Amino acid sequence: MPTIVVEVMPKAELLDPQGKAVAGALHRLGKAHFTDVRIGKRFELTVDEVTDEVVEEVRQLAADMFSNSVIEDVVNIIVPEVSTGSTHGVAGETH
Amino acid sequence: MAPRVGVITFPGSLDDRDAQRAVRLAGGEPVALWHGSHSLEGVDALVLPGGFSYGDYLRAGAIASFSPIMEEVVDAANKGMPVLGICNGFQMLAEAHLLEGGLIRNSHGQFICRDQVLRVENTETDWSRGYEQGQEIVIPLKNGEGGFMASAETIERLEGEGRVVFRYVDVDPNGSLNAIAGITNERGNVVGLMPHPEHAVEEGFGPDTNAAMRNGTDGLTIFTSAIQHALASA
Repeated sequence: MPTIVVEVMPKAELLDPQGKAVAGALHRLGKAHFTDVRIGKRFELTVDEVTDEVVEEVRQLAADMFSNSVIEDVVNIIVPEVSTGSTHGVAGETH
Repeated sequence: MAPRVGVITFPGSLDDRDAQRAVRLAGGEPVALWHGSHSLEGVDALVLPGGFSYGDYLRAGAIASFSPIMEEVVDAANKGMPVLGICNGFQMLAEAHLLEGGLIRNSHGQFICRDQVLRVENTETDWSRGYEQGQEIVIPLKNGEGGFMASAETIERLEGEGRVVFRYVDVDPNGSLNAIAGITNERGNVVGLMPHPEHAVEEGFGPDTNAAMRNGTDGLTIFTSAIQHALASA
């Protein structure tokens, strides 16, 4: 069954304490050439069928539920191309 | 008749019974409400207690903000009912857009638990009118995601309109912008704060004071503000 992917990141201007903790661990492992780490969320939504209505619904949910625009940005929504089986991103959904 | 104050229990609420006890000590009648219901049972005020609703999966307070009862909470808040959100309850009020801003993981990445000094900066709200302007109080703070964030414009507006109700003193324990511990809405009936006033309402069970261990009761005034002032004059 097709899966629509929504990717959410903490706002770039805000501190990301999770990413900072991982960056600290990398530094301690001698991998300080990775100068920054940021951690976001990936939602995989499985549906029976991908329609324009469903994609629109996902856009709404991404904005209203999966992210909080005060602290996060929806950075990508990936909709499967049912006919070809490949995937493509639907425009950068930066809010 | 004592004002009836609803305390809503969500899956993962921890401090609902503490909040009920605080309501009782402040002279109110606590009414236990359930997140899955659509009834506020005719209460006069509401408390959204602390805890980790729905495990705080998604974001802190986010799933709870979509609970059935939140429709009635938003409606009541918009009509002027006093609503208090404590810690996870503050996070829910922010997620439900009843209060501005959002709460993120503490800047140092650690859960923090301490007796925290706060300064009361707005004594006009339903939940702070019993305090003196500028009064410093000690309230237990315990959270992992208490960093208050908002856009620069929002912070400027909150500060300009005097809507910061409580501010951290001495240290900013979780990286909150402008050391903001609690805010109110424009009307002053909805207040959210990260520290836990319900843990400072009875001698013997509160923060330490100079007089004796665990004798701090500075949090009680938050509850009496609504129960004995706001609702009594309503």
